[in-house]
Amino acid sequence: MGSMLDIVLLGLNHKTASVALRECLAISEDETSVALKAFQELPAIREVMLFSTCNRVEVLMIVQEKKNAVGAVKDFLSELKQLPVSEFEKSLYIHEGDDAVRHVFRVAASLDSMVVGEPQILGQIKEAYQMAATKKTSGVLLNKLLHRTFFVAKRIRTETGIGDNAVSISYAAVELGRKIFGTFEGKKVLLIGAGEMAELAVEHLIRNRAEDILVANRTFETGVDLAMKFKGQAIRFDEIENALKQVDIIISSTGSPNYVVTRDHVKGIARRRHNRPLFFIDIAVPRDIDPEINRLSNSYVYDIDDLQGIVDENVEDRNKEAIKGERIVDEAVISFRRWYENLEVTPTIVELRKKIEEVAKGELKKTQHTLRHLSADDIMAINRMTDAMVNKILHDPTMLLKSNERHQEKSVYLDVTRKLFKLDNNTS
Amino acid sequence: MEPVLLVVIIFYMLSTIGYLIYLFLQKDYLQKSGFYLLATGFLCHTVELGYQFVQSGHFPVSNLYETLSLAAWAIAGVFLLFQYRYRLKILGIYAAPLVTFVMVIAARLPKVPSETQTILNSVWLVVHVVAIFIGEAALALACGAGLLYLLQENNIKSKKRGFFFKRLPSLELLDHTGYACIVTGFTIMTFGLITGLIYAKSIWGRFWSWDPKEVWSGITWLLYAALLHQRLTFGWRGRRAAIMAIIGFAVILFTFLGVNFFLKGHHGDFTRL
Repeated sequence: MGSMLDIVLLGLNHKTASVALRECLAISEDETSVALKAFQELPAIREVMLFSTCNRVEVLMIVQEKKNAVGAVKDFLSELKQLPVSEFEKSLYIHEGDDAVRHVFRVAASLDSMVVGEPQILGQIKEAYQMAATKKTSGVLLNKLLHRTFFVAKRIRTETGIGDNAVSISYAAVELGRKIFGTFEGKKVLLIGAGEMAELAVEHLIRNRAEDILVANRTFETGVDLAMKFKGQAIRFDEIENALKQVDIIISSTGSPNYVVTRDHVKGIARRRHNRPLFFIDIAVPRDIDPEINRLSNSYVYDIDDLQGIVDENVEDRNKEAIKGERIVDEAVISFRRWYENLEVTPTIVELRKKIEEVAKGELKKTQHTLRHLSADDIMAINRMTDAMVNKILHDPTMLLKSNERHQEKSVYLDVTRKLFKLDNNTS
Repeated sequence: MEPVLLVVIIFYMLSTIGYLIYLFLQKDYLQKSGFYLLATGFLCHTVELGYQFVQSGHFPVSNLYETLSLAAWAIAGVFLLFQYRYRLKILGIYAAPLVTFVMVIAARLPKVPSETQTILNSVWLVVHVVAIFIGEAALALACGAGLLYLLQENNIKSKKRGFFFKRLPSLELLDHTGYACIVTGFTIMTFGLITGLIYAKSIWGRFWSWDPKEVWSGITWLLYAALLHQRLTFGWRGRRAAIMAIIGFAVILFTFLGVNFFLKGHHGDFTRL
């Protein structure tokens, strides 16, 4: 075993490359499988995996020869995507050793994501690893590295708050609703108007077991279509006031210049509703829901600015939590390096022992030729003595190499050992 | 101070500390330790009360110390039950300090052994006192749930999500727990009042004697009855119910202590120093 294998990561992400370039270089599942196969055939690359999401394309590999490997990957990408290397080379980052390990940990833990703490990335890396495992392009090193990665990501998620609190408007609305209702089970939702954010909020509510969905739209037909989508019921726009008697959550997103629901609407029905709480989510600009309603008892109104405010605060909280995450990553990088260096220790110890044993055996043989008068028992005794000497001589150096010394010292010891006993010349 | 009493107070204090740290760190094991510490304190307390009862031969409500100690015991017991049933973990930050506070006050009071009063030995009396105390303990918890409700509602209404927003549960759960406390407390208190009437009949020959304590108990009872009636017929809930629960408990406190200090009557002995 000569020089150590290197862990190299090559990639680009939302920070280094434009959307257009990322779209250009995005790699589909089929392409991934082709790429893995191609990389596997290169002598410079020992192990490899590849993952591509809408925010990043990354190639993680264990290489024998860094320069060749990196060049080959660049060429392959260029050929696959019909894009000259010069077009994307500037956006690429190449990490090695500890930096590569740190990068993988950070990406999986969602510390490197556009929205810190978003949970999808870990699943995407798991899939990419699965792909590499089935294609047999991952080996001892990648297996170990990826299992560590999953462990680190999980630890960061449970020990820090990077995944806590909503960072999108619709999630923020749902979380607020949870503070009012506790559970959405059996709650009725009224969607007024339409729009991506509003519909997303309705979907979140349905996923959290909100039951009946009513949809009111100025154009009844649009309402019917939307209601179908949510398995709900369409109502006419002028039925809204009446519907307020039975619903619990109102999500409004219309283009109306005036308030669609006014304070008087709500005040009049509180008794009929037995004062059950009403939660208004107003996503429209200009607003649909009279903000005065918030002053009525058991009614809560949040408009888009309020929700955005929550989102901003939550993003800030997540960024604070991310600092704790970085600390966990640093720890994990160090512990991985220890493991990696120990991988190197074992072969050195084996080679050292082999060398000493060879010397002993050689000398023993020579001596036996000159001392023919010795009996079989005597020879056995001399053999045992030599074995014992070899063991005694090797004991202390082996213990030193195996000890949990600081890593820098350890690599010095390894180096010295290999030089003192000329282990590298032996193998080459 | 008796060593058992000291042990009880120490457990209650530890529980309070556990709950307070839980408020900040939000780790579930803290809340659990708070719960079990309180439960342990409660068991010791029960033993201590039982021992006093047996030793003195009368039910321990003959002076303010004994009365407060019994009140703390009732609050701890009712809280443990409600916590077990509703899992409103955060209520511990109200209940544990309250229990500890009452116990510490009680422990500092003189514990003069009272002359034996035969009237303190009837079964009706024991049932009357225990029921009233348990009922009022539940209403004390309702007050706590009400306070937490107001705090959380203010967080949501004002759109300033402060320290408590994250830490407090949903309005629905707070409201529901408060309501359950009131229903339970009211029912048991009613039972306690009825046994009191029967006991009064057996001792003084009449159910009702316009004793100030009786009058104020009647007022308290009517207040909670009105609150429940409003809730059942008009759905009085949320903020208004929370405020009423707090006012109701203030009236209970007055009935419990204020009447004895400011007014006179045949319940006087309970708070004798």
